[in-house]
Amino acid sequence: MPTVTLLQAVNLALKEEMRRDDRVVVLGEDVGRNGGVFRATEGLFDEFGGDRVIDTPLAESGIIGTAIGMALYGLRPVPEIQFLDFILPGFDQIVNEAAKFRYRSGGQYTVPMVIRSPYGGGIRGGHYHSQSTEAFFAHTAGLKVVIPSTPYDTKGLLLSAIRDGDPIMFLEPKRIYRSVKGEVPDGDYTVPIGKARIAREGKDVTIVAWGAMTTDSVKAAEEAEKKGISCEVIDLRTIYPYDEEAILTSVAKTGRLVVVHEAPRTGGFGAEISALVAEKAIEYLEGPIVRVTGFDTPFPYTLEHAYMPDAHRILNGIEKVVRF
Amino acid sequence: MSEQVLQVIEPDGAVNQKLSPPLPETELLEMYREMVLVRCFDERGLMTQRKGLIGFHLPSTGEEAAQIGSAHACLPNDWVFPHYRVPGVAMHRGVRIDDMVANLFGNVNDLAQGHQMPVHYSFKAQNFVSISSPIGTQIVQATGAAMAAKIKGDPNVVITYFGDGSTSSNDFHTGLNFAGVWKAPCVFFCTNNQWAISVPYAKQTGSETIAQKAKAYGMPGRRVDGNDVLAVWAATREAVERARSGGGPTLIEALSFRMGPHSSSDDPKRYREEKLCEEWRRKDPIDRFRLFLEHEKIWTKEQDEAVWERCRLEIQEAFTRQEKVALPALETMFENVYAEMPPSLREQMEEMRRLGVHSAQQGFFPL
Repeated sequence: MPTVTLLQAVNLALKEEMRRDDRVVVLGEDVGRNGGVFRATEGLFDEFGGDRVIDTPLAESGIIGTAIGMALYGLRPVPEIQFLDFILPGFDQIVNEAAKFRYRSGGQYTVPMVIRSPYGGGIRGGHYHSQSTEAFFAHTAGLKVVIPSTPYDTKGLLLSAIRDGDPIMFLEPKRIYRSVKGEVPDGDYTVPIGKARIAREGKDVTIVAWGAMTTDSVKAAEEAEKKGISCEVIDLRTIYPYDEEAILTSVAKTGRLVVVHEAPRTGGFGAEISALVAEKAIEYLEGPIVRVTGFDTPFPYTLEHAYMPDAHRILNGIEKVVRF
Repeated sequence: MSEQVLQVIEPDGAVNQKLSPPLPETELLEMYREMVLVRCFDERGLMTQRKGLIGFHLPSTGEEAAQIGSAHACLPNDWVFPHYRVPGVAMHRGVRIDDMVANLFGNVNDLAQGHQMPVHYSFKAQNFVSISSPIGTQIVQATGAAMAAKIKGDPNVVITYFGDGSTSSNDFHTGLNFAGVWKAPCVFFCTNNQWAISVPYAKQTGSETIAQKAKAYGMPGRRVDGNDVLAVWAATREAVERARSGGGPTLIEALSFRMGPHSSSDDPKRYREEKLCEEWRRKDPIDRFRLFLEHEKIWTKEQDEAVWERCRLEIQEAFTRQEKVALPALETMFENVYAEMPPSLREQMEEMRRLGVHSAQQGFFPL
């Protein structure tokens, strides 16, 4: 089985599905001739041509708005937003249109579309190349939000997403685009949307994470193991609709919860998970729920390494819930 | 030249022979009947809202020619991305009056399950795409759909409707820009009724005309007398044929006037003078076309009275039927958010079922 990077897994999924289903179309800035600024769409233009791999003018509302029109008409568009930070001009089309077409038409019109976008920090890109705004989209009924953390899940989830009937935000953790490698089967397979993955089994503390934070959480768990604390790491994989059962089952076992995300603390998706567990598993909790997150600041440039949660800070969170 | 305003019927009903398009008599009479139907529908809609039976209505009074003339230039397989002021386009395309009225009541017959405000129609069988409230969003979607038709090799054209207010929006700019680059088979139909709620055209744009904006996007622009149903038909047909034959998009500016309020919640007396309306009443599209039909000797006073009577009755009966229909069940609030209801949403629905509903519909939309 080939070993590939997360980025290569994106490319494989797109290539294979475009061969399989001629309704699939890719569009965005620099995705065609250039193969994408991260090379995610490399080779697609040469194989499928300019009718299916489209270099668009510079307007996120246009990329998303036209993709919506294509999806309504019967294609399966996969628009790319170059950095999630730039998605905001398209936010109206995503929230007020794509997310609501099925509901507002009583099911007559649907928007099967996957918006791919690199998100998160760690590439020294400052405010405008590092944001983690999954919470904005998780809060919008009608959207699904998917965040893989491994190459295997990236290909499997992207294939599921393209075949799904609903509009999906597919957020790719750019920090680990090339640094995380894994085995990815050739050919067709899918990973289900809405199901979490146990990245590491344990019995003392549950850590819920996603994206690049999954890797750091596993590192922290390994450090914790040396101190006699056994941590279970759940890679959420889908932010909405999320796997409540996996979280509650784990907390019932461990009685302790740490949630890790890069995004700022206040109103971050960790708050949602905390509320769920406080409502449905309070009888199992041995201590408070702790969130290890980015700070309530715009994403900094120079001190990026201090902003982003790392294994050290996650370990600190683990120890906090254990010592209560 | 985009500054020249296309007109086929003079205000007194006489025809400019050189521009006269060849339409059979049956189609001309059908155009007239449809314009009358729209007028009656809007009268009844406003009246019903005043009685408190529906929460909201948005009339298209004075814009009947723009709707019907353009609708007749398109084929059933063409797609329409409408805004909320073109009920006549839906009617021409075969949408039943009962389905439109059910939407106004938001009752159990509403195809949209009472999910949206009145007049935000969606009729997939007639390729009449779901309407939303944010202004101009349909314009860029229309470009995408047109591009999809082109990619698939379909002969279909996409027409999108919007007002003068929409031309200030991001999505107007983006939609026309993308369409110009892609040569998308799209017709951008702007009904310039000169008012965006209380904001007049002069405060909406510094441009003398809307049609001239086409040049910036690399497509032809056409100004047409929007109250002249045959001129509208001719201009739209030219644009549709250009798109269908691979010639790319066109921007049409149909000059008209919003005779009524923006909506049932608006009072135009607060911001515009009655005498403007009087001026435009003399250019009423239905009166003008009736004069034309009489000139052509294919219409009589008796036929006219009969068609108004029939249309009023047809509309009245639809309203009477739909008023008695029940509201949608509680479960419908949770349906069609996704293809399949997620477990957490199902849980919310079940909790609500157990609790029951203890409050009633309240108030009216204020603008």
